[in-house]
Amino acid sequence: MPATLFTNARIIDPAAGTDRIGQLRVQSGKVVEVSYDAAIDPSNAEILDAKGKCLAPGIVDIGVKVCEPGERHKESFRSAAAAAAAGGITTIVTRPDTNPSIDTPEALEFQTRRAQDAAPIRVAPMAALTKERAGREMTEIGFLQDAGAVAFTDCDHVVQNTKVFSRALTYARSLGALVMAHVQEPGLSAGAAVTSGKFASLRGLPGVTAMAERMALDRDIALLEMTGAAYHADQITTARALPALERAKSNGLNISAGVSIHHLTLNELDVADYRTFFKVKPPLRSEEDRCAVVEALASGLIDTLSSMHTPQDEESKRLPFEEAASGAVGLETLLPASMRLIHAGDLTLPQLFAALSMRPAKRLGLKGGRLAVGSVADLILFDPEAPFVLDRTKLSSKSKNTPFDGARVQGRMLGTWVGGARIYGGDT
Amino acid sequence: MAPLKHLLGIEPLHPTQITEILDLSERYVTLNRAVHKHNDALAGLTQINMFFENSTRTQASFELAGKRLGADVMNMAMQASSVKKGETLIDTAVTLNAMHPDLLVVRHPHSGAVDLLAQKVNCAVLNAGDGRHEHPTQALLDALTIRRAKGRLHRLTIAICGDIAHSRVARSNIMLLGKMENRVRLVGPPTLMPSGIEHFGVEVVENMEEGLKDADVVMMLRLQKERMDGGFIPSEREYYHRFGLDSAKLKHAKPDAIVMHPGPMNRGVEIDGEIADDLNRSVIQEQVEMGVAVRMAAMDLLMQTRRASMKPQGVMV
Repeated sequence: MPATLFTNARIIDPAAGTDRIGQLRVQSGKVVEVSYDAAIDPSNAEILDAKGKCLAPGIVDIGVKVCEPGERHKESFRSAAAAAAAGGITTIVTRPDTNPSIDTPEALEFQTRRAQDAAPIRVAPMAALTKERAGREMTEIGFLQDAGAVAFTDCDHVVQNTKVFSRALTYARSLGALVMAHVQEPGLSAGAAVTSGKFASLRGLPGVTAMAERMALDRDIALLEMTGAAYHADQITTARALPALERAKSNGLNISAGVSIHHLTLNELDVADYRTFFKVKPPLRSEEDRCAVVEALASGLIDTLSSMHTPQDEESKRLPFEEAASGAVGLETLLPASMRLIHAGDLTLPQLFAALSMRPAKRLGLKGGRLAVGSVADLILFDPEAPFVLDRTKLSSKSKNTPFDGARVQGRMLGTWVGGARIYGGDT
Repeated sequence: MAPLKHLLGIEPLHPTQITEILDLSERYVTLNRAVHKHNDALAGLTQINMFFENSTRTQASFELAGKRLGADVMNMAMQASSVKKGETLIDTAVTLNAMHPDLLVVRHPHSGAVDLLAQKVNCAVLNAGDGRHEHPTQALLDALTIRRAKGRLHRLTIAICGDIAHSRVARSNIMLLGKMENRVRLVGPPTLMPSGIEHFGVEVVENMEEGLKDADVVMMLRLQKERMDGGFIPSEREYYHRFGLDSAKLKHAKPDAIVMHPGPMNRGVEIDGEIADDLNRSVIQEQVEMGVAVRMAAMDLLMQTRRASMKPQGVMV
């Protein structure tokens, strides 16, 4: 592969916290030189003039649902990879809530094979924490780790039996495995379609109190104190959960937390007249909660930002709100939606890419997420200003259930490179 | 103001639209009391009643209203139909739409289902109750009953008592009575109050005597059987003791206060049988009568809009 020299690039380096015009040389799939002052020797390199556009480490998206095995009509590895590449995502960290669940090494090997055949991006699989995600018996965490699982989670199933969960955490700790959990107290959240409050009552929809998130997080933090396991809360979306998270971190627990782009850029009122594309799990929150969570992401209290990509076909969404499936696709909309936070002045670009790329990679021990010399050349080039109207029919995902259809957004992808090879874009 | 295309709830209505419906209803009250109870306002039009949830009384009221206006009325018991075979709501709607109905009267157990259906058909849709969202004709018939009994529909103190959380009747009434500038008080145990109720512009009272104090109107709500056993309240008898309307509690209301109930009643649970039958206090029978008139008025207005929007077609010979 020939070397590539990016010139006149606005380099976003989350590790250094810098956003400066410079040059970056990629060779043999790695970043070999970064310079902000002196020009880099262009010999034997294809020169790519970035024209002042942003060059950043590719996004590492934790919690992507690819519907293989089980529901390939909703999303296959091929369509998910195309969507990811178009969205600036170079690594997808997949969820095991397929049908059947990824809860045995055999199932994981099947999935990995499918991913390798179809996807030019990196795929890092997560496996189920308990068999069939049923919360009764732990999976073969060791074997699954050997087969490539980077973390263990039952996704939106909360392990209700505290004894089962504490044993799974203890066992995972002995293997250094990361456990990711959904933080919703199951009793309170049973049957809920929205967050309780005025809006829920006006629409007559069953709601769950925002407190359900804090209760679940409090329980899990107590279990971490007992077990010492490494833990990641998949989505922290309410103001009331933040002090607990902060205390747990300052007490030295091995804990991190993520949030989805939907909870950062939308609120409960967006559901409006029962728009089911805005039904996600946990449900969208109040504006106060949204603002608090944005602030927590900026400060680094919340570590990671992801798409929580959840494809659903039209049939499962064109139903009365309570009956409709939860989830939204997000691979292609993660970056442009994130730009709303940039343009609103809530975050800087280095802060954003710390949450999108650097911290997820670091937390899961993956390649990528950095621009330092010697790191893999998983890079994206994008124009943070370019405006467009999002059209859901143009998404590469097989499912089109985006809440951003028709939204005016800024931030157009120009190119995506994985290991130095270009997998998206071409004219720039 | 845009003419009324659908009647999906009280929320989108303007006070003048509410008054317009009530004024027209008065004319239908007169018609319904006459010997000849018929006009041709809906002649030639097709009305389909789709009830995805059982209701004898409301369905009968809509059927009678349609027939008195001369519409061709069809009742579909949706629970026994293709819904059971797995057909989705939208497929059912599209199928019926192909038969060119002019008006669909829909009741559904899920909030928002009627809105969804209205987006998929090109006839008028009247919400006959969706989940715990809205039941607009119930609020309108309650308003008409109040207006006739009290001579006005503003500056009244109205206590709505019981299971507010699960009641679409309460939602629509809170909305309508608020729009008409009344003082609305919600009375009931906190487990039966919806979340965020403090933002609704109503008073919330957890004690029946206090809640009924100086009320002009006492509106009781039905307590569903499945909510009586320990989930939301400890027991039927404790509920009746604390929140059931009896003559002792009613003494706290104004001497000329009227008592309302959307029916069907649980005598001895939320209301004492004697009060329900006391013709000096109870207007429960009037509510049923007003129901037919209000539904005739609402359907008449919806069909006026529809006739105006449809281009005259050539007559097939």
